[in-house]
Amino acid sequence: MEKGHLKQILLITDGYSNQGEDPIAMAALAQEQGITVNVIGIMEENVIDQESMREIEGIAMSGGGVHQIVYAHQLSQTVQHVTRKAMTQTLQGVVNKELQQILGRSTSLEELPPEKRGEVMEVVDELGETVSMEILILVDTSASMKPKLPTVKESLLDLSISLNSRMGKNLFSVSVFPGKKNEVEKVLDWTPKLESLSSIFPKLSTGGITPTGPAIREAIQHFKKKRSLKNLLRSEEEYYDEPGM
Amino acid sequence: MNQACNFSPGSRIIGKWNGKAYIIIRLLGQGATGNVYLADSGGREVAVKLSENSMAITSEVNVLKHFSKVQGTSLGPSLLDVDDWKSGSQKMISFYVMEYIQGKTLLDFINERGIEWTDVLVLQLLSNLEKLHQQGWIFGDLKPDNLIISGPPPKIRCIDVGGTTQQGRAIKEFTEFFDRGYWGLGSRRAEPTYDLFSVAMIIINAAYPKRFSRKSDGEGEKQLLAVIQQHPFLLKHREVLRKAILGNYNSASEMKNDFIDLLSEKTKQPATNQQTYKTKVPKQTQANRTQHKQQRASTSRNQVKKKKKQKKTSGFVETLIILISVFLIYSLYVYHILL
Repeated sequence: MEKGHLKQILLITDGYSNQGEDPIAMAALAQEQGITVNVIGIMEENVIDQESMREIEGIAMSGGGVHQIVYAHQLSQTVQHVTRKAMTQTLQGVVNKELQQILGRSTSLEELPPEKRGEVMEVVDELGETVSMEILILVDTSASMKPKLPTVKESLLDLSISLNSRMGKNLFSVSVFPGKKNEVEKVLDWTPKLESLSSIFPKLSTGGITPTGPAIREAIQHFKKKRSLKNLLRSEEEYYDEPGM
Repeated sequence: MNQACNFSPGSRIIGKWNGKAYIIIRLLGQGATGNVYLADSGGREVAVKLSENSMAITSEVNVLKHFSKVQGTSLGPSLLDVDDWKSGSQKMISFYVMEYIQGKTLLDFINERGIEWTDVLVLQLLSNLEKLHQQGWIFGDLKPDNLIISGPPPKIRCIDVGGTTQQGRAIKEFTEFFDRGYWGLGSRRAEPTYDLFSVAMIIINAAYPKRFSRKSDGEGEKQLLAVIQQHPFLLKHREVLRKAILGNYNSASEMKNDFIDLLSEKTKQPATNQQTYKTKVPKQTQANRTQHKQQRASTSRNQVKKKKKQKKTSGFVETLIILISVFLIYSLYVYHILL
């Protein structure tokens, strides 16, 4: 993890992937590069699809993130909750590591007396408030998701209200899969505000396939592109070399 | 989710660090982070919250500790003990022990004793919030479900302080209906106006116990103001509610003062109220006409009373004006004659 920088992928899907790489492997790949993968599975009432559940769990587990299964109408609070929880979890991991360096390998937070634990938690809270976040949102737009897209849009706008109320900076980016031409299509490039989503979402078309694996793979690339974009801005010559950015 | 935290009555919990023992009496409530049980601690009834998630417990304990430092407010429960418990091969369970607050929830209480209690209890709540805000804290997840009326004498207390946030930070826990972000009327940054919005929504919830959801994006203000206009109790508090909803109060004491003014004004100025009742009538639609009929029956009764009152006062003013003018003319006449 870069200091003061958290990277998260938030995958919103309603089913089983059916094209391209194994999404669980892709999530592991993301985790290796310091990106947490969180999954929100939207389910129909009374329908529990074991295979989808297992995949959702698997992606979050190998991506070092949080997963939650919800019904569409509960989505707003869940998106907010999952993102926060993942953030705290990552920060706790970081603080835990630092602690182990200071106190010795065997010490974990749980082994500290409650008093000390409280002090550490204050530090985690403080970090959660001030850390910069980069969140790439991956929305499944396969045909079955169509009726749920308005709710997805609302919950994402709600997420941006919550995160933008923090002191730390945020950058959001949104991609959908399948896209119009490719497996994955970027609909919103890195931006601190998600409001522009309102105009994009109604235009989205839904497709038949669910290429979850390729979507995560592309998402990892997108984080890297952001870094190279930063480098470009630093030196003007290079910036002119690649006007396509 | 919290299977390890399910205890049957009679279970015994002993703290690893402080060594105190608690005997579970019954389940009080289940939350996202853990379960709360009523327990016996050496003859005293206490509330114990247990969870596998020790960090969540630690977070809540931190908030409760800050609460206890706020002088002169008894809004939250007092913290009695924090500890861990491990039995056999089970995962470690963290818990904290707090004072057991007994009573009815706000809405149950109002439902039983009458909506006029809302005024008293909201004023109590505002006094408590003022003290909390002065110490740099914002309550956050303020809602009737978390508010308990203990007593007698009836006193408002809060049983869940998990949403309490330092001013300037982002609110972590909230409930949509009471959250200004949900209604598109502000951010989730912890500031006094955030809590005061929730207070306004609590008053609205007292009038509409079933709550309602947002109709469409960006129309939150319109919808809430319309709802206030449609209920006689809310209409009386319209000005305070409107200011609180729009975030126009700088502090809880400012809102409290307006609230008190409004309560004393209410008896003096029936004329303004009457006007607004009238505007309500053409607004009704076919669908809820029957509902409105009932309401109108009760309001028209009020109107008759008020008209009578108004007649009396205006009659008094008329007599006074006539008397004064007669006196003036007479004095002029006397003045004229004497000179």
